Amino acid sequence: MTPLAGCLLVSSLLFSVGLAGALTRRNAILVLAGIELMLNAANLNFIAFWRFGPHPEFLTGFMFVIFSIAVAAAEAAVGLALILAIYRHARTSDVSEITEMKG
Amino acid sequence: MTPWIVQNLWLIPVLPMVAAGLSALLKRKERGLSAGLAIGSMAISLLLSLKAFAEALAHPALQVKIVDWMQFGDQWVQLGWLLDPLAAVMLVMVSFVGLLIFIYSLGYMAHDDNFARFFCFLSLFAGAMLGVVIANSLLLLFMCWEVVGLTSYLLIGFWFHRPAAAAAAKKAFITTRVGDLGLLIGMVWLYSQSGTLIFYGYGNGCLEQRAVTAMAAHATVAGMAVSTAIGLLIFCGAVGKSGQVPLHVWLPDAMEGPTPVSALIHAATMVAAGVYLVARVYPLMSGSALEVVAWVGAITALFAASIAVAQNDIKRILAYSTVSQLGYMMLGLGVGGVAVGMFHLITHAFFKALLFLGAGSVIHGCTEEQDIRNMGGLRKFLPVTFATYSAGMLALCGFPLFAGFWSKDAILHAAHGWDVSMGPFYLGAIGALLTAFYMTRQMYYVFFGQKRTPAATVTPAAVAAHGAGHGVEPAVSPRPGEVCAVEDPHESPSVMTGPLAILAVFAVFLGFVGTPAWPWFQNFLNGRGVAWDWAGFSEPGLVSTMVVSSLIVFAGLLLGWWFYGRKPIVNATDEDALESLAPPVFHALGNRLYVDEFYGVTVIALTRFCAAFASWLDRWIFGGLVRLLAWTVTGVSWLDAGVDRFVVNGGFDEGCREVSRGGRLLSRLQNGRVQTYLSVIAAALVVLALWLLWGHRG
Amino acid sequence: MGMTASFLILATLTLAGGVAAMTLRRLVHCALALAVSFAGLAALYVNLGAEFAGLAQLLVYVGAIAILIVFAILLTHSSETELQKVFSPAGVAGAVLALAVFAVLAWAVVGSGVVHSTASVAAPQTSMRDIGFALMQGYVLPLEVIALMLTAAMIGAVILAVRPTSGSEPAETQAPRNPELRA
Repeated sequence: MTPLAGCLLVSSLLFSVGLAGALTRRNAILVLAGIELMLNAANLNFIAFWRFGPHPEFLTGFMFVIFSIAVAAAEAAVGLALILAIYRHARTSDVSEITEMKG
Repeated sequence: MTPWIVQNLWLIPVLPMVAAGLSALLKRKERGLSAGLAIGSMAISLLLSLKAFAEALAHPALQVKIVDWMQFGDQWVQLGWLLDPLAAVMLVMVSFVGLLIFIYSLGYMAHDDNFARFFCFLSLFAGAMLGVVIANSLLLLFMCWEVVGLTSYLLIGFWFHRPAAAAAAKKAFITTRVGDLGLLIGMVWLYSQSGTLIFYGYGNGCLEQRAVTAMAAHATVAGMAVSTAIGLLIFCGAVGKSGQVPLHVWLPDAMEGPTPVSALIHAATMVAAGVYLVARVYPLMSGSALEVVAWVGAITALFAASIAVAQNDIKRILAYSTVSQLGYMMLGLGVGGVAVGMFHLITHAFFKALLFLGAGSVIHGCTEEQDIRNMGGLRKFLPVTFATYSAGMLALCGFPLFAGFWSKDAILHAAHGWDVSMGPFYLGAIGALLTAFYMTRQMYYVFFGQKRTPAATVTPAAVAAHGAGHGVEPAVSPRPGEVCAVEDPHESPSVMTGPLAILAVFAVFLGFVGTPAWPWFQNFLNGRGVAWDWAGFSEPGLVSTMVVSSLIVFAGLLLGWWFYGRKPIVNATDEDALESLAPPVFHALGNRLYVDEFYGVTVIALTRFCAAFASWLDRWIFGGLVRLLAWTVTGVSWLDAGVDRFVVNGGFDEGCREVSRGGRLLSRLQNGRVQTYLSVIAAALVVLALWLLWGHRG
Repeated sequence: MGMTASFLILATLTLAGGVAAMTLRRLVHCALALAVSFAGLAALYVNLGAEFAGLAQLLVYVGAIAILIVFAILLTHSSETELQKVFSPAGVAGAVLALAVFAVLAWAVVGSGVVHSTASVAAPQTSMRDIGFALMQGYVLPLEVIALMLTAAMIGAVILAVRPTSGSEPAETQAPRNPELRA
């Protein structure tokens, strides 16, 4: 197996682990952590394709990861602030109890 | 290579507009800053105007700059500006008089709460007016023209808490709108005929040879050439803006605005915009259109002068005088060409601004008194104002060698030589007599005789009652918050008298730029050089016209003295000397020849009737139809309801129940849990990925 | 060239951290495992020749986001709640779905050509200098945008997280003090 395929498999495994966490955990913070893991898996893909792709000198995938990390920082900050706000509002951080949007 | 100043001519109007925009953002208490912005921008505009003037002196040929504005179907709407002697002269006049009046306003409006708003409007006006002057496109001119009208409205109604001011503002706006409708129609027609609204565009403009020839050749209703019809429609706009008969009614009422506004907008610049417009589109004006212009001007000149004789409000007299002088300008355009009319426009701007500012100084000194019967003897109290006012008055009367003499004489001479009719000449000559007469009357009332500043007995209410008894407008009561104390009139501060003095100098000497022996101004407008030549006086009929007009002026002054100066006016309630001579005439004139009342019983009554008829039509005919329809529909729907209830409902209700059951089922998906939604997304991802993969395989 | 030993070790570390983070009962442990996973990823980046990305990953994820998560855990008292119910009611379905996603992705990876591709694998010669030039030239607009977005996110996070002040600190004090002047 080539290194690229290895990277992609690791990344899809990481993605699935993150997805599983996001889908199954009760605690909102861990849901967010799962999402962060999925994002990281995507970043790993970019790095792998940049590294093993035909034009590593263009830095495209690399730059994508840099910006993606910056976006993730913003996302984590806002996400955790939202969790705090929801916690203050509902006195819980259990996502299965927060069902105010129920149709 | 277009010179820098032509490239950047747009700066001249834009600077005051920017100043207006900025001062609109200021707080009310930022008085100094807003005035500084307005005056500073105006000063820069003046400097640029002078540079443009120098450029026009050096290269009298027309220079234009055209820019694309927006695409419109497959054509570009173009705007542009131009510089020629006509525009250059107007630029300097507007920005110079404007600057002086801005400075004067510092003193006049010093006590007003809305000082900053005033300067904001004033700058906006100045910018738009300068825009009118440099516009090289009828569209741009029209836009600026409307902004000018808007600021005129805003400034007339500046003290909008006075009902009279609010009404006057509305009247001004609506009356000029009547004229602007003509202008708009003319503009659209012009566009449809020539395909462009650019005045001069390297041979393609609508005022250039090609388009004008085409339009002149094309006849329309009653054998009138299209260019004539368009010219007359555009002249309608000028009639509205310049207060020509029959749309002059708004201008006297516009005196409800602050006096600097009256001086700037309703004497020197905006009302002259109509004259300027006619001068600008002069190539469109064929002979028959010019006949109309001349007759309207001549009638206005006499008509307004006669009304001015019997007015008692110092500013209203000047307002009617303005209307009359605008009539002279139109007459000059009609009979003598652009240079004749424009020369009077420029001299008039200076001396009429001077007179208005002088009147403002008088009003300021007399604590907001405007009724000349309550003044008197102010010569001693306001010496500077008196001296400068006299200069303006003599210039207006056309006293020999003053500015107004030369310009008015040029008009009368041209009217005398007009080969169509002598009527305008006689009308103008009688108007000149009346001008001298009413100005003398005003001088005697205001500056001579005994001081008749009202004691406590003459309250505003008493004045109003008195004015009503004489059938004239009541004097405007003092503004709220101003103490109407009985005190000696006082001279105005130097920030007000300074502009007066400068304007007075111009009122005396400006005429010398256009004497028959040295017609620099006329030749400049026509793009020719000039040399000193006494032979200019030897033109046939010129000297005799001058002598006659001088005699007329002297006769007017003498008459005025006979009626009002011989024995001093002692009491504010005394009968007017002319009133005792011919009461019906005086009352008719005092009531402005009942034009407003005439409009009241004709135009406005017709409008009312139409409105009432429309209302009746609406209520009974259309309303009845609608009600009939409604009853029919109600009946049908009753029938329907029966069918519905017993036939349709059985099936339909069942269907509804099914739908809502399905909805309830579906709504279970929306359980509000984030993770459920996320699961759906993940499932969709799986499905999508599988679909793509199979698609790829296939 | 196959997969190197270092790659295998780091990948295992990362995945183990991820699995631990998603399954442990105590939230603080989860956060620590998450940090391990992030660090492993950073090392993977370095291993793949992306030193700068690895350092950024370390700085942002381990240095900031993991700490932020710990703070959030403390502030929401999540570590004190009962530990009985870790997984949500639809937990099984979620796990199955995640597995399905993995199956599809793995199938796609294995089915594609990359497994047997023999394309160039020479390590790219990128220096910090190149990255700096790229950031300041070609990518300068996205950089500015991301800076703006980070500022916005920071402000937004502060506004969201700040405790609403009790009482109505009145806006009336801003009203014009002298309304009669308007008249």
